[in-house]
Amino acid sequence: MMRLPPGQRTRVTCTVNGQAHSGFAESRTLLSDFLRHELHLYGTHVGCEHGVCGACTVVLDGRLARSCATLAVQAEGAEITTVEGLAADEGLEPLRQAFSRHGALQCGFCTPGILASASHFLAARPDPTEAEVRDMLSGHLCRCTGYEGMVRAILEVARETTEGANQ
Amino acid sequence: MKPAAFEYCRPDSLAEALALLSEYGDEAAVLAGGLSLGPLLNMRMARPEVVIDINRLADLARIERDGEVLRLGALVRQADVLASAECQDLVPLLVAALGHVGHYQTRDRGTLAGSAAHADPSAEVPLCLKTLAGAVELTSERQVRRVPADDFFQGTLTTARADDEMITALLWPTDRGRQGFAFEEVSERRGDFAIVAAAAWAERHDYDEGYRYGLGLGGVEEWSLVSRGGGRRAPEDLAEFADEVIAGVTEDIEPMRDQRASAAYRRHLADHLGRKVLLRALETALGEVQS
Repeated sequence: MMRLPPGQRTRVTCTVNGQAHSGFAESRTLLSDFLRHELHLYGTHVGCEHGVCGACTVVLDGRLARSCATLAVQAEGAEITTVEGLAADEGLEPLRQAFSRHGALQCGFCTPGILASASHFLAARPDPTEAEVRDMLSGHLCRCTGYEGMVRAILEVARETTEGANQ
Repeated sequence: MKPAAFEYCRPDSLAEALALLSEYGDEAAVLAGGLSLGPLLNMRMARPEVVIDINRLADLARIERDGEVLRLGALVRQADVLASAECQDLVPLLVAALGHVGHYQTRDRGTLAGSAAHADPSAEVPLCLKTLAGAVELTSERQVRRVPADDFFQGTLTTARADDEMITALLWPTDRGRQGFAFEEVSERRGDFAIVAAAAWAERHDYDEGYRYGLGLGGVEEWSLVSRGGGRRAPEDLAEFADEVIAGVTEDIEPMRDQRASAAYRRHLADHLGRKVLLRALETALGEVQS
């Protein structure tokens, strides 16, 4: 059994965006802070720090995680995808283009989390309804766009991908 | 907002986890999905000495049928149940309710047992477990016991779990809700805590004309209001019967009031949503009898 007393630091090793990373964390270090301050991956944004706003959402071992509600020590041995990984993923170029085209972002603070969610969502549901897209987006707070552009962008990418697959 | 210092423990077996709970009692907190405990730690509303991370205890992630009961282990995520055809078939009321629990993102890691352990008065999972007359499996070094949901949930954030016990599974009756069920809730925003949530199931016996039903209302009072009953013959006028049941449930209630909703609005929602779900469940289950 792994035990880490309060105040003591341990090395946490994990794979982030396909690359091995390691850094130090206390038991109480949040995964969001670990990604930013230890691994210097500043793409993951920190908003509310209680799991509500969705800005810090990452993919952790295939599941979406609020990195502010996850401890860094929990990520030992895990595979994580952050927005830096999504940015390098060529398969997501249509999603990035659609976000740009439809004005699905403005200040960009919420965008890293939304891209993590949207890519995970489209992989699981390649042909979603508008209601499903809106339900997914309810897990993110965006104060600039009113969400309409995001809904249009995600539906457009889904439609293009599905049509492409059917041809 | 950062958690206060604590000791982090990651047991490799249930026995190790239970030994820690036995040693630290109410100074320990069990960490599963982290969607309830994480915010509490960050806001320092919870300051445990020890956090016991059970996420690597893979045996707890099982969805299994045990006779008439569907046993959902402590690590079964809400998204797992939503994606499970077996769960859709056996506990459709729960599946309908889970769509209202948090968000697509939080359901991916959030567990059902965690929601039961947290015991928020407006939470959907505890409401459904109670409405369906399910039970909670509590395990300690001393014993394994099954506590009916009616006795487990004792009030806001208060349960019958002893300090050395861990919820190892939620037990869902599978002989209920197959014929008629409905779930509705009103919240300020999709995925927010319900102002009022309403769950209902109804069934007609295979062997005679008897029937049973259950109705639960969450978010109205400190704990969910539940009515379960049945009879030898289906009621002739379902709408009238639903009105009677609702009147019985809401007769003496004193609804909560807060910045989101007044007591009068909660009472209105309890009446309206309660009638809606119960009638839909009854009509689906007993409608044939009428014709």
